[in-house]
Amino acid sequence: MPDRIPDSTTKVPVNIGTTSAWEYAPAPERTPVEIEERYGLYIDGEFRSPRSRRWFETMNPATGKPLARVASANDKDVDDAVSAARKALPSWSRLGGQERAKYLFRIARRIQERARELSVLETMDGGKPIKESRDIDIPLAARHFFYHAGWADKLQWAFAGAVPKPIGVCGQIIPWNFPLLMAAWKIAPALACGNTCVLKPAETTPLTALRLAEIFEEVDLPPGVVNIVTGAGRTGQHLAAHPGFDKLAFTGSTEVGRKIAEAAAVGDRRLTLELGGKSPHIIFADAALDQAIEGIVHGIWFNQGHVCCAGSRLFVEESIQEEVIRRLEHRMRTLRVGDPLDKNTDVGAINNPEQLAKIASYVETGQSEGATLHEVNNQKLPSGGHWFRPCFLTGVQPSHVIARDEIFGPVLAVMTFRTPEEALKRANNTPYGLAAGVWTDKGARIFEMARRLEAGVIWCNTYNQFDAASPFGGIKESGFGREGGRHGLRAYVQL
Amino acid sequence: MPQRIDVAKTWKLYIGGKFVRSESGQSFPVEHRRHGTTVHLCRASRKDLRDSVEAATSARSGWASASGYLRGQILYRMAEMLECRRTEMGEALGAGSNQTPKQRLEEVDASIDRLVGFAGWSDKIEQILGGQNPVPGPYYNITVPEPTGVVGIVPPDKPALLAAVSMLAAPLCAGNTTILLAPEQHPLPTTLLGEIIATSDVPAGVVNILTGTRDDLLGHMADHRAVNAISAVNLAEETLTDLRKRAAESIKRIHHERVTAPAWKKHEDRCSPWKVEPFLEMKTLWHPSAC
Repeated sequence: MPDRIPDSTTKVPVNIGTTSAWEYAPAPERTPVEIEERYGLYIDGEFRSPRSRRWFETMNPATGKPLARVASANDKDVDDAVSAARKALPSWSRLGGQERAKYLFRIARRIQERARELSVLETMDGGKPIKESRDIDIPLAARHFFYHAGWADKLQWAFAGAVPKPIGVCGQIIPWNFPLLMAAWKIAPALACGNTCVLKPAETTPLTALRLAEIFEEVDLPPGVVNIVTGAGRTGQHLAAHPGFDKLAFTGSTEVGRKIAEAAAVGDRRLTLELGGKSPHIIFADAALDQAIEGIVHGIWFNQGHVCCAGSRLFVEESIQEEVIRRLEHRMRTLRVGDPLDKNTDVGAINNPEQLAKIASYVETGQSEGATLHEVNNQKLPSGGHWFRPCFLTGVQPSHVIARDEIFGPVLAVMTFRTPEEALKRANNTPYGLAAGVWTDKGARIFEMARRLEAGVIWCNTYNQFDAASPFGGIKESGFGREGGRHGLRAYVQL
Repeated sequence: MPQRIDVAKTWKLYIGGKFVRSESGQSFPVEHRRHGTTVHLCRASRKDLRDSVEAATSARSGWASASGYLRGQILYRMAEMLECRRTEMGEALGAGSNQTPKQRLEEVDASIDRLVGFAGWSDKIEQILGGQNPVPGPYYNITVPEPTGVVGIVPPDKPALLAAVSMLAAPLCAGNTTILLAPEQHPLPTTLLGEIIATSDVPAGVVNILTGTRDDLLGHMADHRAVNAISAVNLAEETLTDLRKRAAESIKRIHHERVTAPAWKKHEDRCSPWKVEPFLEMKTLWHPSAC
C-alpha cells in the first residue's frame, strides 16, 4: 500500500474563510486478511481448476499490484456450472421455503461474523474506502440475505391471487462497483424463490464473491445451488448466450446491457437489466442547504462516483447558484483522497486503469467544450495505483458530452434552472431513467416533482439511500426489473 | 339489378384519433359475409407506424396523468359502445372464421365483460401492486406503479376480438398509450373496434390501430426508440428471437406469452393484475422523516 500522503490543503490560499481538511495521522485498518495465490471456479460445491487452464490477475487498484490469480472460465466451464445448477434445481426448489430460509439466514449470519475480513478484502480488491465497505457494502449484503430469507416461506402471500413458482436456472452477471453487495442482491432473492444460480463477478473484483462461496461451504448449502464462474467479458458473453438458462440478470453499463440482451434473445427466456444512469439532482432555492450540500457530496463522490445511480447532473435554482458552488467547493476541499484502507479516507482508488483513462478523457472533453473545472489541486495523490480527484464542472450546457454520458467517476456537471418546469424538462432530457434527487422544503412540490421525474428511484431531500426492502431499478434505457423488496421477488418467480 | 345499391364502408387505419388511409396506398382483401362480398383493408406501412408512435407519444402524459377514475369510466364507455354494436361485431367476427353465430356473440359478450373488468382496475392497481417498504432508518419509503409509456400490441389471430381486447385493455387501464396491430388473418373485428373507441371519449392517440402484415410492421416496431414495450403472444420462435434482438438496442420491454385459444375465456386469469403489471414501472420514493 502507498504511504498515506498528508493533506496539504491549508498551505494553499483558501478564498472562503475557514481552513478545510485537517491533517490527520494515518489510521489504517489493520485486520489481516489471508489471500490465496490462486482461486479456482466454484462449481457444484467445490473449487476447481478451469478447463480453460487460463488464469488472470486481480489487482489492488490502490497499489497497482496483483493480489491473486483467478480462474478464467471458458464456454466449457460455463457449461459445467449450468449443468451443476440444473442438477441442483429440483431438490432445491422442492426443499420448501422454510428450509431454504434457514440456509439464507445462516449465510446472513456468517457474513456478519466475517464482516471485517470481507470489508478489508472488498476495499483491497476494489479500491473503495474502508469506511464505505465496512459501513455500507458488507452490512447491506448481510441485510439482503436476512431480508430475503424471511420471504422464502411467504411467497404465496407476495403476489395477489397468483401462485408463484421458481423460474429455474438463473445466470447473473454483476459489476465491480459493489462486488459483494451486488452478489447478494442477485443471489438472495433467486435462492429465496427456489431458483439455482450461476454468478459471474466482475473481472477486477472477484475475491469477495469467492469468499462468499467459502461461506456457502461453511453453511452446507447444497452443491450446485450457487456456482461462481470468474472471468472477463468473454465469460459474460458465454453466460448470456448459454441456452441452459431460464433467466438472465445483468447489472452493468447500458452499452454492455444491449449486447447481453441481444445475446440472451433466445425464445422465452426471462431477462432483467439494471443498467447505467445520468441521474439528475435538483436543488430548489428553499432547500435546507447544509443538508442538500451533503446530499450532493454523497450523491456524486460516494464510491469514487462508481455508482450507477450517482447524482451526476446537478441542477441548481439560479438564485442560489453562487452560494451552492461556494459551499460545494468548500466541502470538496475537506474530502480526503488516498489509501482506501485508511479509516479517514473519503475517496479511494479508481477501480481500474481503463476507467481512470475514461474519466480523465471526459473531464478533458468537458473543458474543451467550454465548461470550467473546479477541483482541489492541493492534495497530493498517492504514487502507484489509480487516482482521480473529485471535481465538478460549471458552465455546462445540456448538449455537452459530460451532461449526457455516464462518466462513472467523481465528476459532477453543474447546471442551473429558473422554474420547476424547466428543471423537469432538463432532468428528463436523457435516455436514462435510473434515479433522481430533489431538494425542497415544499411538500406539494416534492410530490409533483417525484411524480413527473422519469426515474425508478426518487430520493427526496436525501440521496443514495439503499435497503433490501426497497425496490431498486430503472426505467427507459436504465433497464427493467427491480431488486429488493416485494417487487424484487417478481424477477425470480413465474406466476 | 338490385333496387338499391349498398353504400359500402371504406375501412381505414385509426391513428391519432382520426380514420386515415394508409400512406402505402395499398390494401388487401378480406371476405366479409355481411355483404357477401370482399372488403379491402389498408396495408399499413412503416410511415403509418411512425405516425402512430408519434400520436401515442403525444398522448402519453395526458392519459397517464388522467385519474384512474376517469380512465375507468372511459374503458367502461368502450364496453357500452361495444354492447351497442354487438350484432355488427358478431358479423365482423364471421369474416374468414368458422365460428357459429352463437359462438361469435359469446366472444363479443366476453370481450364486453373483459372491458368492464379492466375498467375497474384503473383506480385500484396502485393499491394492489404498490406499497410502503419497511426500511430500517428514519425514512418513508413507498413504491408506486406508473405506466411504461407507449406499448405495441401484437394479438393472435384467434380469438380475434377477445384476445385483442384483453391485450389492449391491460396496458390501457394503467395509463399506457397503445398501438394495436390487427390480427393478420382476422383484422375486421379489431378495425371495427377503432370505431367503438372513437366514440368512447378515448383521447386521440391513446389507442392507434393498424391493419396490414406483421412482416411489414413488427421489426420497425421493435426498432422504434419511442415504443417502450411490446406485448405479443404465440409468436414463432424465430420471430420472437428476432424481435428481442432488435428490441435490445432501445432496452425495450418485451412481454411474450403462449396462450391457447380457450384460455382467453378465463376471466379471473386474463383480467388479473399480473396481466397489467408487465406494463408498469415501479417508482420508489425515499423521504426522511424528522422534525
